[in-house]
Amino acid sequence: MQQDDAIHITDLNKIYDNGFRALDGINLTIRRGEIFALLGPNGAGKTTLINAICGIVRPSSGSITVSGFDHATHYRQARSFIGLVPQELTTDAFESVWNTVSFSRGLFGKPRNPAYIESVLKQLSLWDKKSEQIRRLSGGMKRRVMIAKALAHEPEILFLDEPSAGVDVELRKSMWAQVRALRETGVTIILTTHYIEEAQEMADRIGVINNGKLILTECKDELMHKMGKHEMSFTLRDPITSIPPDLASYPLTLANDGNTLVLTYNTYEHNDVSDFLEKLQINGIRPKDIQSRQSSLEEIFMQLVEAN
Amino acid sequence: MNYLGIAAIYRFEMSRTLRTIGQSIASPVLSTMLYFVVFGSAIGGRIQAINGVPYGAFIVPGLIMLTVLGQSVANASFGIYFPRFTGTIYEILSAPLSFVEIVIGYVGAAATKAVLIGVIVLATAGFFVPLHIAHPLWVMFFLVMTSITFSLLGFIIGIWADGFEKLQLIPLLVITPLTFLGGSFYSINMLPPFWYKVSLFNPVVYLVSGFRWSFYEHSDVSVTTSLVMIAVFTVAALVTIARIFKTGYRIRK
Ligand SMILES: Nc1ncnc2c1ncn2[C@@H]1O[C@H](COP(=O)(O)OP(=O)(O)OP(=O)(O)O)[C@@H](O)[C@H]1O
Ligand SMILES: [Mg+2]
Repeated sequence: MQQDDAIHITDLNKIYDNGFRALDGINLTIRRGEIFALLGPNGAGKTTLINAICGIVRPSSGSITVSGFDHATHYRQARSFIGLVPQELTTDAFESVWNTVSFSRGLFGKPRNPAYIESVLKQLSLWDKKSEQIRRLSGGMKRRVMIAKALAHEPEILFLDEPSAGVDVELRKSMWAQVRALRETGVTIILTTHYIEEAQEMADRIGVINNGKLILTECKDELMHKMGKHEMSFTLRDPITSIPPDLASYPLTLANDGNTLVLTYNTYEHNDVSDFLEKLQINGIRPKDIQSRQSSLEEIFMQLVEAN
Repeated sequence: MNYLGIAAIYRFEMSRTLRTIGQSIASPVLSTMLYFVVFGSAIGGRIQAINGVPYGAFIVPGLIMLTVLGQSVANASFGIYFPRFTGTIYEILSAPLSFVEIVIGYVGAAATKAVLIGVIVLATAGFFVPLHIAHPLWVMFFLVMTSITFSLLGFIIGIWADGFEKLQLIPLLVITPLTFLGGSFYSINMLPPFWYKVSLFNPVVYLVSGFRWSFYEHSDVSVTTSLVMIAVFTVAALVTIARIFKTGYRIRK
């Protein structure tokens, strides 16, 4: 084990009391300072894995170390590094935002620091709500309160279990910016998501989990190279019989009796189709409609799951 | 020790208490007043003094115990059950807190509230009967120890319960009968020998007896026995809680 790893998991298993095996031989290392995205379909075991690391679920076997500290024998040190934003919105209804965030800091044994709490609330645009009771906040605001609570004790490792669930596009974008800003300060971030754009946008590395098994961990760049397929279909005004030689270098196929030209390319390598469009025009091919689709996360899962 | 963590839980629980302090106090004060009207004035006048203590005054320690026991169990069981119910317990579980620290925070707050209400009931009683307190420090000692012990019991109930009904069940089925049969309204010496023996299995008897002794210097069982029984009961509760945390019973999945 590298002393520098944020989290190191060896042979982790979790069998719930009802006999269900939610985690099956997980081995995973999270490097310090990276953003790690954990992907997987519903019920794959993402939350169970996070909860096992954070001390909410008891592992059935295996070991977890956090910054080199065993999470069972040195739970105080291990937990003190971690901040958790759980998947479910669970907040106290009657407490004020300020009190609930200060409470979280206190739980971790940190002395009061109003200036720091203020900066966290301001970053999350919650400052003007600081005296409001939580039950009077909207869902998105509550989620931000949960993030503020997780950040209250200045954690070095932050878990975000589906931070984008129920969050509007604008807030999602601003959350991504904040997560990146946190990473700049050296915080290690582990997030789960069902949005591939989110993983694509944010993550340095990606782990895919299915049926409690970690079926792959890879750098995002490599994964995108393998998985990210983009299909652009051009419905042509006049059908063609063959692909002009000038366009032969492009990954093209003809479909629908020559009425549709399909360009399949890799999102990550190719994200500029302008030269292709120019060449279409030069060759006198005039599309009347263009449809574009990207391989969905589900499709990618299916590929991965079938391959495993 | 994570003292700041304990303080955070304690303060959080106390602020919950203070938000509803009106209701928390109104009900025990009202029922105490009713007890005095019924037992102290209406019926009490016809009952002769027990060990030289007028009946109205005799029931004061028992009435306080009745309230304090009920409050301790209710506060502590609700205090830990509610975060389990809403899910906010995730934060306690993921914090660097030992089970002892969690217990001190929750039980400490529950016991504090019970002691406060006990003192208020005592003051209320002062309006109805002349109070005589032989050993004020022992009064406080029994009050505090009872609050702690029964808050520990409440904590266990709050962890065991998996629904609001069960939260009410134990207090209703166990605590209330034990307190009523624990010599709050009579001296167990007044019972026939068989029931006297049965009463000795009731832990509340020792609390009420010791507590009454610190008022009137008269007890059903020796004060030493009372103290030993409280100690035994407290240790039993602590051992149970330690086991709960060790096995993760109903807290960690
Ligand atoms: N307390 C529990 N007892 C028994 N089984 C459980 C328990 N909690 C979760 N499970 C099961 O474990 C599996 C993994 O659940 P988990 O919550 O970790 O999934 P997830 O990957 O987070 O899914 P989602 O994307 O829906 O959040 C599921 O099949 C779930 O039914
Ligand atoms: Mg989940």
